Amino acid sequence: MTVDKYLVLGGVTVFAASGDSLLSHGMQETGGISLHHLTLVIAALLNPWVAIGILLLLGFFATYMIALSWADLTYVMPATSMGYVLLALIARFVLHEHVSLLRWLGIALITGGVGFVAGGPELTTNRAAAANRERPSADDSVESEREADETRRGVRP
Amino acid sequence: MRTLYTWGAILAIVLASVVGDILLSRAMKQVGDVGELWKRSGLIPVLRATLGNPNFLFGLVATAMAFFSMLFGLSWGDVSLVAPAAASLTFIGNAVAAKIFLRERVDQRRWIAVSLVAAGVALLAG
Repeated sequence: MTVDKYLVLGGVTVFAASGDSLLSHGMQETGGISLHHLTLVIAALLNPWVAIGILLLLGFFATYMIALSWADLTYVMPATSMGYVLLALIARFVLHEHVSLLRWLGIALITGGVGFVAGGPELTTNRAAAANRERPSADDSVESEREADETRRGVRP
Repeated sequence: MRTLYTWGAILAIVLASVVGDILLSRAMKQVGDVGELWKRSGLIPVLRATLGNPNFLFGLVATAMAFFSMLFGLSWGDVSLVAPAAASLTFIGNAVAAKIFLRERVDQRRWIAVSLVAAGVALLAG
């Protein structure tokens, strides 16, 4: 993993969290929409919070697609959930809202889960498998896969 | 009856999200490392390869369906049930589907991670 790739994963997290919160703030301002009042949808789109929220979510989608081009779905997925953690931390330390014990537990679980995934290889299909095949002594264990991964990144000779 | 509708919507969101994520992930693996392609030949070929990929287009349709199911779900059920239930079940569904359809090696490390994150999301949004 290079610095660029961590920046992309960071982008996934920040865009998802900020886009979702601006969109929900804007939708609360415009009020509920229903299928019977589709003109209200247009009014919602003209709300600046909603418009910026949609732009940020487009940024999320672009960074998500870039990340999926070089990493497993099961590797990128947890990164998107770090956005929830970010939102809770903003709620507590910027907006000075009360964050319940259960939510702190949720933050701990998500952070732990993301730490678990980040410690392993980001890609376990195609290229990683090919790298494994090139090594005559490589077996199918996770350990050899990590070695192959590190070889690709140039960590190991 | 309302509960049934709500859980029906949650199921629809989860199914559409999982199908969408799997197709989008497969499409991007076919396109290849976007950063390298961009450096080699610029933005236009990246956009052409991505937007011209059938898996990408079907994945986009499925993701849009998930979004609309979410709108319906939210109009029938409580946000504090629908959003975390859908997010958490999508995590688990994605892990199972990624193993079967994308042949990702979902080892013990990833299973633990997926379970922790799914539980955490359920707690946070609840």
